[in-house]
Amino acid sequence: MDLSRRSFLKLAGATAAAATLTGVGLRKASASPSEPLRIKYTKELHTVCTFCGVGCGVICNVRDGVIVNADGDPDHPVNEGTLCSKGSAHYNISYVYDEKGNPKPNPKRLTHVLYRAPGASSYETKDWDWALEEIAKRIKDTRDRTLVETETVNGQQVTVNRTNSICWLGSAFCTDEENYLFHKMARSMGVINVDHCARL
Amino acid sequence: MAQSICLIDTDKCMGCRGCQVACKQWNQLPAEQTVFDGSYENPKRFSADTYLRVAFREHDGNDGRVNWYMAKLGCMHCTDAACMQACPAGAIFRSDEGTVNIDEVKCIGCNYCVTACPFQVIGFDRLTNKARKCTFCIDRLENGLQPACAQVCPTGSITFGDRRELIAKAMNRVDQLKAAGKAGANIYGIDEVDGTAMLYVLADNPEKYGLPADPQVPVQTRIWNAIFKPLRLLVVVAVAFGLWANRSQTREIEQGKSSEK
Amino acid sequence: MTNHWNDYQHSDVFMNIGGNTAENHPISMKWIEKARENKNAKLIVVDPRVSRTAAVADLYVPIRPGTNSAYLGGLINYILENELYHKEYVEAYTNATYLIDEGFEFDEQTGLFSGAFDDPVRNATSYDQETWAYQKDEDGNILQDETMEDPNCVMQIMKRYYSKYNLDNVSNVTGAEPEALEESYELFSTTGEPGKAGNILYAMGITQFTHGAQNVRGIAVVQLLLGNMGIAGGGVNAQRGQSNVQGATDMAMLYHIIPGYHPTPQQTQATFQDYRETTTPEDNWWSNRPKYVVSLLKAFYGDNATPANEFGYQWLPKLDGLDHSHIAMYKYMGEGEVEGMICWADNPGVSGPSAGDKRSYQKNLKWFVSVDLFENESASFWQAPGMNPAEIDTEIFILPAAAGYERDGSKANSGRWIQWTWQCQEPPGDAKSDLWIVNELFKKLKGLYEAEGGTVPEPITQMKWDYDNENGEIDIVKVCRDVNGYDTRTGELVTNFVGLQDDGSTACGNWLYSGYYNNYDNPATKNRVREKEGIGSHLGWSFAWPLNRRIVYNRASADLQGNPWNPDVPVVWWDETQERWVGNDVPDIPGTWDLEQSTENPFIMIPEGKGRLFANGFDKVGGLRDCPFPVHYEPADSLFNNLLYPNAVYNPASQRFYEDHTVETDEERERYPYIITTYRIVEHYQSGIVTRNLPWLNEAMPELFIEISEELAEEKGISNGDTVLIESKRLSNNGEQGHIEAKACVTKRFKPMMINGEKTHVVGMPWHWGFKGMSTGSVANDLTPSVGDPNTTIPEYKAFLCDIRRAE
Repeated sequence: MDLSRRSFLKLAGATAAAATLTGVGLRKASASPSEPLRIKYTKELHTVCTFCGVGCGVICNVRDGVIVNADGDPDHPVNEGTLCSKGSAHYNISYVYDEKGNPKPNPKRLTHVLYRAPGASSYETKDWDWALEEIAKRIKDTRDRTLVETETVNGQQVTVNRTNSICWLGSAFCTDEENYLFHKMARSMGVINVDHCARL
Repeated sequence: MAQSICLIDTDKCMGCRGCQVACKQWNQLPAEQTVFDGSYENPKRFSADTYLRVAFREHDGNDGRVNWYMAKLGCMHCTDAACMQACPAGAIFRSDEGTVNIDEVKCIGCNYCVTACPFQVIGFDRLTNKARKCTFCIDRLENGLQPACAQVCPTGSITFGDRRELIAKAMNRVDQLKAAGKAGANIYGIDEVDGTAMLYVLADNPEKYGLPADPQVPVQTRIWNAIFKPLRLLVVVAVAFGLWANRSQTREIEQGKSSEK
Repeated sequence: MTNHWNDYQHSDVFMNIGGNTAENHPISMKWIEKARENKNAKLIVVDPRVSRTAAVADLYVPIRPGTNSAYLGGLINYILENELYHKEYVEAYTNATYLIDEGFEFDEQTGLFSGAFDDPVRNATSYDQETWAYQKDEDGNILQDETMEDPNCVMQIMKRYYSKYNLDNVSNVTGAEPEALEESYELFSTTGEPGKAGNILYAMGITQFTHGAQNVRGIAVVQLLLGNMGIAGGGVNAQRGQSNVQGATDMAMLYHIIPGYHPTPQQTQATFQDYRETTTPEDNWWSNRPKYVVSLLKAFYGDNATPANEFGYQWLPKLDGLDHSHIAMYKYMGEGEVEGMICWADNPGVSGPSAGDKRSYQKNLKWFVSVDLFENESASFWQAPGMNPAEIDTEIFILPAAAGYERDGSKANSGRWIQWTWQCQEPPGDAKSDLWIVNELFKKLKGLYEAEGGTVPEPITQMKWDYDNENGEIDIVKVCRDVNGYDTRTGELVTNFVGLQDDGSTACGNWLYSGYYNNYDNPATKNRVREKEGIGSHLGWSFAWPLNRRIVYNRASADLQGNPWNPDVPVVWWDETQERWVGNDVPDIPGTWDLEQSTENPFIMIPEGKGRLFANGFDKVGGLRDCPFPVHYEPADSLFNNLLYPNAVYNPASQRFYEDHTVETDEERERYPYIITTYRIVEHYQSGIVTRNLPWLNEAMPELFIEISEELAEEKGISNGDTVLIESKRLSNNGEQGHIEAKACVTKRFKPMMINGEKTHVVGMPWHWGFKGMSTGSVANDLTPSVGDPNTTIPEYKAFLCDIRRAE
């Protein structure tokens, strides 16, 4: 027997019993008998697992713009619908279930810009515009004071345009396009301390 | 007896626990607070929030080698199901798919199934006073999907399919394992409790995976079932009343407990 | 990976060494299982402990951490001694027949190759590699001996030096029983038979050593000898551990390269002409480098890059000849040179070596920016145990980021498949994708320079940065266009890198990605067509670099006449009638080459066209700082002297940054008497800052633990679940010894080893924990040394020394 999401609702015999049984055994004892499969009226979107380098296909079921389920993509040639424990846990990045089985946003997700002032013992919430402006000022201040324009190499003046005073770590968690822009921006700043988790 | 079953080939299990998390994910179950006590195995027992666990067991093998056995554990969906026999409310039933399920509307929270289960896989939810366990993803089955644990399993340690085909496959695998030097290879779940809908290929004795060697419906459950079955309605009312009284008491105790924290 | 995941189904024997594929790349096991089921393939696992992969292996060989090179040297010797190599392949496709300079030698006392000198800049041994070069005739042709009898030919040199790696010696060094070694060598060597495929899969258990690059070289040598390169089911498969670590590497999130694996300009390359001349070989694929680099500069600086200004070459920073990788940059930070740091989804305060020191160096920063899903230990280093916030003046900015499924973009998996990932929902609250953040941040910075001026504003103000849509927000398609490449005159997307030019008529952000976004309607990266028949190349699924090729060097999958070594799994073959290469994959041979040329140069990225058993960086490509062929060196922290080369200990060329940092004396060896290794587990990920905030995973693996053998546990009075204190030299400061804590996992899966007759204990622990998140624990990397490989400066996380005891 070869069952997958693609054979959804193809088994006519099985669906006959649905009216009497669906909802039975589900988390809520009060589930309506006519409640459809919880992913039935959702939009399926394809994403790539965010963890290891296998690059498994993951389908996110989305209702009203909100993820309600995430599991393996049966059409994906590498994982063919399968996943490991991390791959199966994507939903938790957004939502966790409370003891009653109700979803609530993951309480640890960062949802606001945070700032810690020198010597402070806590973070304060800030808005994007303020943060981007302030960070840009810090970068500029450091760069303007520390950029080495030229260096004498073998008796010759060489343009080097570098600073050793800023470090930049990109990420294997981010997309190709993001890392490309990271590279552009870091080099424009003259940063030579560039690395990411490939080395760690 | 279920026509579609799962075959759990423990020799192919690498302990990734995709099934353990996928079960929680699909069934919308919260995580439990656990502690590390020296074994990878967590949670340690089944509960209303844990239908599936992966066993991790270390044993000495031949030539000073170690065997690290891993296996998906959960409700076996027995043919001779102790829980069904124990349930006074008729809340546990066999579905058209052959799976054993609890109707939580009918469940009166008596806990009899929990104690009767020879595999100790039924959990009890103190918030709702209902028994809960693996549903064999009956909602998925009815909609042409395989159980979440079977779909997610990367190595084919858990496969879902026709009972006869999978028994043949299991026998074939046991032969292969024996040929590869695993003399103790065996099938578990053909005869046990008249056959289970979770069939295992084991490389060694069932106990080494945390499975009972000879699972039985408890004698008292059989007696209970034989004598009281005709009087079920009466029993339900009586038990329900008893529980209602008992529950108020439990609540007070639990409130006391939480205030201790 | 030279091959890809689906291709594993074609392997006959797998060797997982220095990796734990079941835990860290679990779905690989799907394809390994398929091979075992369909063709009775065997899995060998070489690892210090019984990992979950070892638990399902056909053959498990335990070795002492840090002795992979000895194990692989033994395998090389076994293959050579028993003549189990693939003869035709080795003769025709490798440099086994090449003659090396007569002055070349290796000193088996000191472990040094000829040309060694003390390098004051690197504070280590460097090599003048003149004697490592090929012999040439007057016309400059490389001399060869096709009989492979000449004592200076590569084959004879290898036979000479590897004869020392006999079973007894290797057993002495690694601790593995000679019988187990032989059984594994014999099994893997069966893949030397033409038509058989052996697959070596590895990960950081090979690379994270002061001789990591040489471990990889050992694997490459084995695979070349057995004819396993380029074929289906073969390969040197570096299994990448993160969803886009391949892509981030391709995009050069590394100090020493710019996108597409071109070296970062050095200050010795004053002009673009200098750069071209010193980095471009005469006659090889890399002769195209100027086309790729000019196109890159055009993508960077647009119309501002012209021939007159060297296409903006001078706006790129030039390196100072020093190391600027992770360990080095933190050293500069500790010395007070660094003022600011930006970490994109990176948590070096947990993932870096000697992480406790690193967190304290961060006190020297004026500002620190962290972009992440969760508050991590690096941003909140000022909250770490022992820190006094009032004394720390670092300003911290934490920017909330989108999860993987909350952003659009492409990610390259380990098989180089560049797959598109679609945004599924909006990120919560104010969280934004990193793409949005970097775009807005750059615009702010550029705005400041345009408004106020500053020190050399051109590198910023001249940068082409036009990615906004009509609403003033990032349009990812415009970034994809940049990366894919386009004709600067017509603006049209280029088909692939073949059309790239060095005259400024094309722009391309990364030549290897050229073709991934080849049209706007249905770009290759978004392809989702599964193969119905074939060998599992799935050419219609996403886009693999380069040129959608799934197995690199696949010409070597066919014999000298162009027929597949294994006709059951034909990858590519020479079609007589069409007079070109065809097949189930994109042939790794330029379309203009005839059979003869392609037989002479099956390894097209190497100037001499042959797989290098002996690596000497011929014609500016692929040289290494430490060894032309791998030899055994101990880790920096080691209990033992080098048992093969008595006056050598660890790799003399390795990168060392701090004095008195690793175990040097016998007294210290007694003080830290146990070997420890660190690793990942399937339930958590990297520094754990994501997974330690996912309750389902914390439930499965709730706490940091240390795995200890039953014998050692008994000796130390430790029981399961006890709290154990772990000490290393890194936590020893002015006579005060610090420690970290973990729960005890007393296990049969670690056993004491006999090393040169001495009973030796090995322990191990995962490194996923830190002091933030839902599940907290000690940072294992507080123990690890900041020493690195000479070529990569990857830290030595996998073998060092510690002491343990039960907490009272």
